[in-house]
Amino acid sequence: MSEPLLSVQNLRTYFKTPRGEVKAVDGVSFDIPRGKTLAIVGESGCGKSITSLSLLQLVPEPAGYIAGGKIIFEGKDLLDRTWEQMREVRGKDIAMIFQEPMTSLNPTFTIGYQLTEAMEIHGANAGEARGRAIDLLKRVGLPTPEQTLRQYPHELSGGMRQRVMIAIALANRPKLLIADEPTTALDVTVQAQILSLIREIQEEMGMSVLLITHDLGIVAEVADDVCVMYAGQIVETAPTAELYRDPKHPYTKGLFASLPARNRRGQDLATLEGIVPDPTNWPKACRFAERCAFRWESCETIAPKLHPPDADRPVRCHLYDPEIPGRPNLRAAQEAGITGDVTTALKDDTNAADAR
Amino acid sequence: MTMFDSAPVVSVSHLRKEFPVRGGLFAPKEVKVAVDDVSFEIGAGKTLALVGESGSGKSTVGLMLLGLLDITGGTVAFEGKPLSDTNRLALRRRMQVVFQDPYASLNVRMTVRETLTEGMIIHKMGDARSREARARELLGQVGMPVTALDRYPHEFSGGQRQRIAIARALSVEPKFIVLDEPTSALDVSVQSQVLNLLRRLQREGGLTFLFVTHNLGVVEYLADEVCVMERGKIVERGTVDAIFDAPEQEYTKKLLSSIPSLDPAKHRLAAS
Repeated sequence: MSEPLLSVQNLRTYFKTPRGEVKAVDGVSFDIPRGKTLAIVGESGCGKSITSLSLLQLVPEPAGYIAGGKIIFEGKDLLDRTWEQMREVRGKDIAMIFQEPMTSLNPTFTIGYQLTEAMEIHGANAGEARGRAIDLLKRVGLPTPEQTLRQYPHELSGGMRQRVMIAIALANRPKLLIADEPTTALDVTVQAQILSLIREIQEEMGMSVLLITHDLGIVAEVADDVCVMYAGQIVETAPTAELYRDPKHPYTKGLFASLPARNRRGQDLATLEGIVPDPTNWPKACRFAERCAFRWESCETIAPKLHPPDADRPVRCHLYDPEIPGRPNLRAAQEAGITGDVTTALKDDTNAADAR
Repeated sequence: MTMFDSAPVVSVSHLRKEFPVRGGLFAPKEVKVAVDDVSFEIGAGKTLALVGESGSGKSTVGLMLLGLLDITGGTVAFEGKPLSDTNRLALRRRMQVVFQDPYASLNVRMTVRETLTEGMIIHKMGDARSREARARELLGQVGMPVTALDRYPHEFSGGQRQRIAIARALSVEPKFIVLDEPTSALDVSVQSQVLNLLRRLQREGGLTFLFVTHNLGVVEYLADEVCVMERGKIVERGTVDAIFDAPEQEYTKKLLSSIPSLDPAKHRLAAS
């Protein structure tokens, strides 16, 4: 297998706050092969966005800082670069789009200015940049590119603004596109268009995509592989189809079981009782234990590692690690709406949910 | 015309809302029609979902129904009585609302106790002691500890705040609740708690819901009947099974085909 485009190893990003140090990203590792899409999925506060910001050294300073790890991009560690040196990478090799295009575009400049700015910084002359800008706007599906160049962000709809953001991101033909909740602010029909657009362009350019989202439906549509994050750590990594066929970590199982669907009408949905632990003071052992229907003594005393470490599907849970003493009380899990059999839990249920 | 056996709790007929877009002394008066000839009924104990994309007018319908927005044309009747200025306060006790953003819809300067008893005070329900007892009971109903009474909204998570907003809506013993995107700001694991709660409250209290949302997964799970809105009009209406299995209108088909499938083997998204 060829070397991945991006390899993140044991990334740790911390924030100093008055209440103590927040370990927002606490030992995250993943690879993105060339031309592939990796999704990081998780709920608010799990550290998925901070992970993506860390890659470009865009973590809000001075409170936030990268405490350790490696971000190997095309064989070189991006963390060896200073913030200034990162400018050569940002917007060129690695581009990023955010959730809310209105706040990422500057309201006081025209679309044309903002689109050509990045090209000129990275060495294009004005005429060339304008020509490329028109091509790009056409490519992202804006019908009147010459007119759009003269417009200001407020004159465009949300979907059009996100198309402009994508055009800006693509301006220098990046090798990696980081898309942080790119469609969360958009209507579903527009979301479908934007996701299709990203996929088409990815195929055309052979670009890799890191998708940050909380939406399991979007992950299923576009990702090749998935990392599930909880409380600053990856709890499960899997090829997308595998994860949906057989979610292993109790948190992932809970997420799938809590989705509303027609075949669950008249029944209660599974819930994850409790809340995410305090990030200034993560539990010493398993961070999910408090909310986990499967937990037993070992979960509160031994910190789970990703197991098996080198396989296709590592899971951070004692259930899958035969070395850990003790086993759970499956009845409690059943009562919580997480079906009993650990290996095939939820399999039938999730398949049925897809039938909608 | 109704699909329900029971008498309608809410009926809306030929509802219309216009917003002026351009004032000015000499400029011709222009209006934008946000809601155009919308009619529906909701039977007792049922849930009607109003779905559509932003700008379709679905929230506007909810606000007019509650008397929170003036009606340009058409009528709203509650348990057979038309909503008018004279009976609005009395009727409002019977109809409540839960909004999308529990951060914005709870008063940050009021303790949970004040939030839960304010409605009862306005509607002159009970005395101080019975209101206190009711507030405690409400917290129990929405699965919150009574220790929450003396705390302020910022001390709670999003899901807990939404439960407080639901408890507040229940405080005046309504028959009917407008739920305007009540779970859109919540994570899925928290959304499921709120949906379970709403279903239980409906089952136990015979509540009638108008569920305004763009989340079609929630609609499939919770609604009895669905109205699909596009540009102010209801373009299609039917039971959940009818709408999801056999949509007739192009717009409904487009909307349904845009929902990402949970099955990675089916990439359903159409090309842009």
